[in-house]
Amino acid sequence: MDPLSLRENVSDTYVRFRDSDIYYSFRRSPLTIVAAVITVVFVGAAVFAPWVAPHHPFDLTTIDLLDAFTPPVWAEGGDSRFLLGTDDQGRDMLSTIMFGARISLGVGFASVIFAMVIGVSLGLLSGYVGGTTDSIIMRIADIQLSFPAILIALLIDGVVRGILPRDMHDEVAVYVLIFAIGVSGWVQYARTVRGSTMVEKNKEYVQAARVMGVMPWLIMLRHVLPNAMGPVLVIGTIHLAVAIITEATLSFLGVGVPPTSPSLGTLIRVGNDFLFSGEWWITVFPGIGLAVLVLAVNLLGDWLRDALNPKLR
Amino acid sequence: MQFRKILLAAVATTALAFVPGADAKTFRYAFQGDAQSLDPHGLNETFTLGFLSTVYETLTAYDGDMNLVPQLATSWEVTSPTVWRFNLRKGVKFHDGGDLTADDVIFTWKRTLTEGSDQKVRGGLISDVRKVDEHTVDIETATPTPTLARELTNIYIMDKEWAEKNDAVEAASPKTAGRENAYASQNENGTGPFTVAEREPDVKTIFKRFDKHWGNLKTNVTEVIFTPISQDATRVAALISGELDLVYPVPVQDWDRINSAPGAKALAGPEARTIFLGMDQWRDELLYSSVKGKNPFKDARVRAAFAHAIDLDAIKAKVMRGASTPSGLMLAPQIAGYSKDLNNPYAYDPDKSKKLLAEAGYGDGFSLTLDCPNNRYVNDEKICQAAAGMLAKVGIKVDVFAQPKSKYFAKVSTQNDNDTSMYLLGWTPGSMDVSNVLDNLIVCMDKEANKGQFNYGRYCNEKITPIANQVREETDPAKRQALVDSAFKILQDDVGYLPLHQQPLSWGVRDGVTVAQRADNVLDIRSVVLP
Repeated sequence: MDPLSLRENVSDTYVRFRDSDIYYSFRRSPLTIVAAVITVVFVGAAVFAPWVAPHHPFDLTTIDLLDAFTPPVWAEGGDSRFLLGTDDQGRDMLSTIMFGARISLGVGFASVIFAMVIGVSLGLLSGYVGGTTDSIIMRIADIQLSFPAILIALLIDGVVRGILPRDMHDEVAVYVLIFAIGVSGWVQYARTVRGSTMVEKNKEYVQAARVMGVMPWLIMLRHVLPNAMGPVLVIGTIHLAVAIITEATLSFLGVGVPPTSPSLGTLIRVGNDFLFSGEWWITVFPGIGLAVLVLAVNLLGDWLRDALNPKLR
Repeated sequence: MQFRKILLAAVATTALAFVPGADAKTFRYAFQGDAQSLDPHGLNETFTLGFLSTVYETLTAYDGDMNLVPQLATSWEVTSPTVWRFNLRKGVKFHDGGDLTADDVIFTWKRTLTEGSDQKVRGGLISDVRKVDEHTVDIETATPTPTLARELTNIYIMDKEWAEKNDAVEAASPKTAGRENAYASQNENGTGPFTVAEREPDVKTIFKRFDKHWGNLKTNVTEVIFTPISQDATRVAALISGELDLVYPVPVQDWDRINSAPGAKALAGPEARTIFLGMDQWRDELLYSSVKGKNPFKDARVRAAFAHAIDLDAIKAKVMRGASTPSGLMLAPQIAGYSKDLNNPYAYDPDKSKKLLAEAGYGDGFSLTLDCPNNRYVNDEKICQAAAGMLAKVGIKVDVFAQPKSKYFAKVSTQNDNDTSMYLLGWTPGSMDVSNVLDNLIVCMDKEANKGQFNYGRYCNEKITPIANQVREETDPAKRQALVDSAFKILQDDVGYLPLHQQPLSWGVRDGVTVAQRADNVLDIRSVVLP
């Protein structure tokens, strides 16, 4: 392929995107644009935290206990080095929030992908194969739906911690969290995909593929799945917000990530100790950060749902 | 009209229902953790022992001002330098109805020397206990021990018959409790003013007044409800909301908040507890460190480097909010044997620290793990984190391994072979005397002689042991002080420990509740008077 046609291809894609319904509806909704900007800022700050954060809060050589409890810069006693103040160990709050968002978003994304993989596979299988397989998978889903997700995540977290030796907990804490949150959230994906699959599998193109002798798993993957992905993306976005909140809740309860690599939830928990004594910024800023991030992601999810819903166009 | 009558009747009944409440006084309090066991000899920890003083009693005891007072013994006298005669109180009943006799005292002493006992150092002071008659015993010590009556304030007397009947003749440490000799760690049979009516470990313990108690006590409490609350903020909130009558410890940063809340106040004072860091100085290789094949703490220069790297004043200002007293001694000013002249903390000097490390061959630093409780002392975990931050500046990478005290003590204790490379501990000598500090923390560990049981890092300088033996026996105050000073001088030159500070007593109480706040941070329910 020569460079010219590549450029044409790229611009082609761009033109198609610019003219698409989705971009149109995005442009029409200022709220969505704000939400998108906030999300991008958060993700950017989180991903590039080691380079853009004003301090490196978890490098013990750079923090000084004598800086502890510095209020935000606009309050009396503030220090221009610490925009949002410092915590009890003298770490810059802004930097800890950026690094905390890194963990929160990382765990959020990973657990959403994990839940998506399990949910979509089981949903496809359930819808395509049907019969007893379908019944078993869907009954398990029903049972799980009758419990709140946080309870299931707590249960999984507790069991894994019980099995593993104590020394390993901190190392594997993040993976345990991803697993626990992922497993507690697969049901929505499975149900949605199962529904779409049942509709798609009786359509002519699937029957044609089957008559031609295409392997069932290939039909599921190549023909049915692409047609079921729209709703999955919507659920995924909303689930991201839920996953971040679940992670924060678990960390707040002290069963999430270890304090050495704190997420937003851990920061809120640590700051909680200082609420009574007037050092509000240690808990309030991570709290605001969490709320804004989750709200923005949720708004994006809502918009995506409406944009992909043909009935609302 | 009919309705109003019913209403009145209802109001009257409700009012009547509350009348018995005027007699029943329930005292509700919280601490940051739970007692580790009901076995009075299983763990020598101030809180667990203080908690057990509600149900168990000792021959001698402290009053609210730490004066020695009779409890199960009515009087005692020293008949020869090594023999003490104790006259036991008559008519004392155990909770199961048994009588207190000399046999119970003898049995208790033997129990403190059993495998699972954490009171071996105290039991080991005694070489024999002889029965003179049913209510008189002679206690013989191996060497003259002027502080014996003070040491006895922590040996709770158990009932021989009850222990034999329930397979509890051996003490059970919290680590083995639940597997063997578990009866006494889950049940009690003391002589104290309260009995354990209900106990769910880590959740709640309810004590009920024991109506056959011998004493005429000051307290008007008839029921005690104890709840461990590990979260500082939750504990303070429970006090402020009126759910609890007393909570401790209160985070030092919350004093203002409590004092400004209606109906509650902070109760603060100096505690006789010294917080310090200990280092493994006996293994040939540290268990948790990047240094392999040798133990850096065997080099006094490394220990000194650690001492000079820690800024005690910064810990005081930022972690303890000005409420601690930085210390250069392993002794608090309240303890007999304290010397003001020797109380010189190691100077904060990171450059010197780096130089010392380089001289010792650790110019590039190394890493190690610091074991730390997170619900035992005032801001314990935060102190460890602060120390880690300071040590990082001289190139020592410290991983703080903070865990609840039950797990922490199970890990670092001598019964578990001191599974640690560096640890944070606090110590209040139960006898309020220096001899206890020397014998438990500073002399070389000697399991045969029951010495140095709490010298978890096994610091050992042979010169100190004979001095400690003399201190134990010496009665002349001036000579004794000179001996004590010489021992602490050696310890300081060796940098055997890194003393940090004396922590403040920090309680929160509801208005109207009176209580004696003892310098050893023990809450004695006998002193509680409710409005």
